[in-house]
Amino acid sequence: MMDKYLTVTALTRYIKRKIDTDPHLKNIWLKGEISNFKHHNRGHMYLTIKDDQTRIQAVMFKGNNRFLKFTPEDGMHVLIRGEVGVFEPYGQYQLYIQQMEPDGIGSLYLAFEQLKEKLRKQGYFAPEHKRSLPPYPKHIGVITSPTGAAIRDIITTIQRRYPIAQTTVIPVLVQGPQAADTIVRAIELANVSERFDVLIIGRGGGSIEELWSFNEEAVARAIFHSKVPIISAIGHETDTTISDFVSDLRAPTPTGAAELAVPSMQELIERIETLKRSLQRIMKESLLRHRQSLQHLQQSYAFRYPAQLLLQKEQELDHHDERLKKEFQNLLDDQRERVSQIEARLHIQHPKRELNDAVEKLKQIVKRNHRLMSQIIEKKSFELSASIDQLSLLNPLHIMKRGFAIPYTSDGTVVSSVRQVDEKDQLTIHVADGRLDCEVCSIEEETK
Amino acid sequence: MNPTEEPTFEETLESLEKIVDKLEKGDVPLEKAIDYYQQGMKLSKVCGDKLKNVQKKMVQIMDEHGELEPFEIREED
Repeated sequence: MMDKYLTVTALTRYIKRKIDTDPHLKNIWLKGEISNFKHHNRGHMYLTIKDDQTRIQAVMFKGNNRFLKFTPEDGMHVLIRGEVGVFEPYGQYQLYIQQMEPDGIGSLYLAFEQLKEKLRKQGYFAPEHKRSLPPYPKHIGVITSPTGAAIRDIITTIQRRYPIAQTTVIPVLVQGPQAADTIVRAIELANVSERFDVLIIGRGGGSIEELWSFNEEAVARAIFHSKVPIISAIGHETDTTISDFVSDLRAPTPTGAAELAVPSMQELIERIETLKRSLQRIMKESLLRHRQSLQHLQQSYAFRYPAQLLLQKEQELDHHDERLKKEFQNLLDDQRERVSQIEARLHIQHPKRELNDAVEKLKQIVKRNHRLMSQIIEKKSFELSASIDQLSLLNPLHIMKRGFAIPYTSDGTVVSSVRQVDEKDQLTIHVADGRLDCEVCSIEEETK
Repeated sequence: MNPTEEPTFEETLESLEKIVDKLEKGDVPLEKAIDYYQQGMKLSKVCGDKLKNVQKKMVQIMDEHGELEPFEIREED
């Protein structure tokens, strides 16, 4: 009777065997919504797949989930291929997921969007991380397949536009599982070689799967960390890859990339011509302007009418002169006025009385002086006439009248001695009433 | 610019553009302007010559060791 009772283990094993041997449960195609998603740090993924009625536990082992192109998230609708099995320790049936894809859109597309969002958040697309391209590159590295249209388009475009630049192909695989690795290595090699001043990374158009290596995170990181600026040209204009977002400049096509990488020599020659013409024009204008300034100066009023300028100055001078005179006159008048005032004051103080007194006094003195003088003259006149009377008594003429005479030699000498004359000398004898001319007849000297 | 080396095309063109810029500002004294003009005309000739006289460069290919070899485009099948 006791044999009727099964152990839990036996039942679980029985169920497990039933499930394991059911071919329908070995290859399940299931669609549903992810919830309770957990990516265990050992690599396995644990999740629940549900619809609006029920749910089933699911697990995706590391060996399977490493091929996932996208990261599963709660709420995501997915298409799953897998099998149902029983996890014995829990007695729990569950879904073992082998492949999983987003429902509605392709998994690659989702992966693309997810990586794009992740790198965007990390600043990989930020404009401040974009390196600027050299305007005149000397050496261009082209990271692409050495065969195919892309490399041919790039080389012909560079050689047509700017043949002075050196072009070097850095060959890589542009599709397939090894492609991303070769691209990463090529970018690193190009940086290490320090030969290039710009890199073009590209390939021709293709499906999202063919272009996939350019959506790989490793490639994106290599582009981001490249010191040499990178122009991307991947697929056609409508194809956009992560590499396009990370690169410093995105070109619509390989030809476009070459056009962005190098300037057009023709345009440069034209630019130089334009600069040359600008130089000539500026110089011509500058000379014209200077010449006009000079002419303007030469024709200026000062140069043309110096006389008028002079007249004007003269007029100014006259004006000042007039003012000076007037000022001077005013000053003079003022001074005169002051002087006359002082004079008037002085006049009042005039010493007329004192003067009259003095004159009167003077007159009296003069009068007295006169009188005294007359008295003296009278006295002296009297004395004089007495003297004259006395003198006339002594006058020799009076004596001569009494008979005395005075002899003179011819030279007018009074003869007072016989020794003054010789015989025959002529003598003049003055008598009282005239002269006698005589000759000495003889000389006789009296002895005492 | 290394004075012992010939200036590159880029440096020459840059000098030329600087000169034109300076002259376009218009506040350069006449004597200086004439100097600039002569210098500019010389540079424009140097630039033009550099472009016209250049040889077309060969295309190369780099191997995994970073060595360069001549490269010819093979048409795709």
